[in-house]
Amino acid sequence: MTDKPTQVKREPVYLRLRGFREFGIIIFIIIISLLIGIRNPRFLTLGNFHDMLLDTASLSVLALGMMLVLVTGGIDLSMESVLALTGMVVAMTIKENPHLSPLLMLVLGLALGSLLGAITGLIVAKGKVVPIIATLSMMYVYRGITFIISGGKWVSAYEMPDSFKEMATGRLLGFSNLITIALLVYLFFYYFVNHTRVGREIYAVGSNREAARIIGINSEFITCLVYIISGALSGLAGVMWVARYASAQNDTASGFVMTIVAACVLGGVSITGGVGTVFGVLLGSITIGIINNALPMIRVSPFWKMALQGLIILVAAIVNIAITRNAEKSQLRRREL
Amino acid sequence: MRKLITVLFLVVLTLTFFSVSAFAEGYTVGVVVKNVGNPFMDAAGRGAEEACNELGNSFIFQGPPTPTVEGQIEIIENLIAQQVDAICITANDFDALVPVLQKAKRNDIKVVSFDSAVAPAGRDVHVNQANPELIGILQVQTIAEMIDYEGEIAILSAGATMTNQNTWIEYMKEELKNPKYENIELVTIVYGDDLRDKSYNEAMGLFKSYPNLKGIISPTTVGISATAKAITDAGLIGQVKLTGLGLPSEMAEWVHNGACEAFFLWNPIDLGYLASYVAGLLCDGAITGEAGEEFSAGRMGDYTIVEAEDGGTEVLLGPPFRFDISNIDEWKDIY
Repeated sequence: MTDKPTQVKREPVYLRLRGFREFGIIIFIIIISLLIGIRNPRFLTLGNFHDMLLDTASLSVLALGMMLVLVTGGIDLSMESVLALTGMVVAMTIKENPHLSPLLMLVLGLALGSLLGAITGLIVAKGKVVPIIATLSMMYVYRGITFIISGGKWVSAYEMPDSFKEMATGRLLGFSNLITIALLVYLFFYYFVNHTRVGREIYAVGSNREAARIIGINSEFITCLVYIISGALSGLAGVMWVARYASAQNDTASGFVMTIVAACVLGGVSITGGVGTVFGVLLGSITIGIINNALPMIRVSPFWKMALQGLIILVAAIVNIAITRNAEKSQLRRREL
Repeated sequence: MRKLITVLFLVVLTLTFFSVSAFAEGYTVGVVVKNVGNPFMDAAGRGAEEACNELGNSFIFQGPPTPTVEGQIEIIENLIAQQVDAICITANDFDALVPVLQKAKRNDIKVVSFDSAVAPAGRDVHVNQANPELIGILQVQTIAEMIDYEGEIAILSAGATMTNQNTWIEYMKEELKNPKYENIELVTIVYGDDLRDKSYNEAMGLFKSYPNLKGIISPTTVGISATAKAITDAGLIGQVKLTGLGLPSEMAEWVHNGACEAFFLWNPIDLGYLASYVAGLLCDGAITGEAGEEFSAGRMGDYTIVEAEDGGTEVLLGPPFRFDISNIDEWKDIY
């Protein structure tokens, strides 16, 4: 130890980039885009880029909600059912009252989603039921309610007013409204997670619940809150989904929760809690979006597509782990200097 | 006094009993569908109920919440315990239901499968939608007319392992060998797994991988509706034509905006009606389910039981029904 303040050596740009956690996934996105672009040049057009973002919009909103739950060390399997139930309620509401504003439907989606999320949250936080069991049960309960309230019937395109469907097809400043909605959600949560007290407390609870309790964080409240948020975002995504495909089915998004978790993990969120960034989740969702968007475009047999999908996700995860580890090492090295 | 009341009570009870049994003169037909909450299955149930009412039979409608064999087995066991006279079933598995249905037959219950068959050992007769060959041919003919017998077409199916869809696609390929389609090229078959988002993405992928694509055949209800939405969103109405098998309610919007000019489906109401009518006739002993037997099925007219390809016997409903702008509004609220 010397008295002299340590002088931080400035590293070259490429080395500093290495210290950036999301570097791996960005590299992966670029490489995979180029490879697909070689196979089908139309993949790299602006029009397709827009389609791909549009595809990612609802997934990215869902993944954000899932991330916050994962950060606290939980998991929310009920998201897909909340999405379906909210989508169905909204579709049935707009079918009966076609004059209602689509914006009001978004609010209804958020509100209903929050309510459903709050129920799940209370079961986990107050009932002390393990998250995977609590949310698995609620996944079935909410899916069942979707069947009950719809009487098993679907809401079809002709039963929805144009104003509602145009919410998904309309554009603002060249971007689809759905992309704008996702972007606003991301800006809000970027601020919430990084710059508010409650936002930081979510990470504290996830990293070390006991320490968080000792410094006076109400971890029950935080746990409940993340499920309310994931419910609200599922509700929002439900409205986006129904407007986009102009159809509400009972089995909407059935099995989609796996895709949501995959987007989170690709984005560097740890399943064991404490780790995850808003930006990373966005990139993870985009990676899944690229895969879903690109596979139909590369003219390979459907069976290869299935295998490729798994393979790409695996490679993405490996690249990500390798580079993150590298980044952590170089950060450690910098601290040691 | 107390004795009098008791006697009166017993008399009333006996009378009630006799009047109830007088009412229940008809047969009881249990209809078991693939799953409840499926508009197609609900419509079939309505048709079956109609036939039961006409024949004076009572009607029970049941199905598992998701299309599983286990759920159907449980329901059939229940129906056997209730001593119904006939079971009409649209099977979730060709073979797995045979043991429980044989148990039903041992209990003198007549078994009619419809829409989706069970193996001949487990049924008396099958009521089939339509000849699968005809279903394939009709879709090829329709898309060919839409694109003036020239250009690239693609098929967007459900899952790669679906027996129904694969059979139809085989017949489509067979039909395309006919010289009159020599200028039509089937460029690819893609699978949307009957998921709306995946089907939509596959359709979008088709437009981008095959810029000269002229037509799409989608022989599945979710697929055709998602494809129509994709055609609409991509601004390709008129440039890429679409036909296939779809639900009128799901397709009404897309018939009106021109994304899909015509599509097909058998009428599930008629299918349910015919199945339940056949069940009634079997209970009556009017038919036994042997090939060659002729019968009249109420409003549906005359039918003949024929040999089925699977070795059993079947009744064919008739050609699939064509929906287009001229009739879509009558049907969109029905199913």
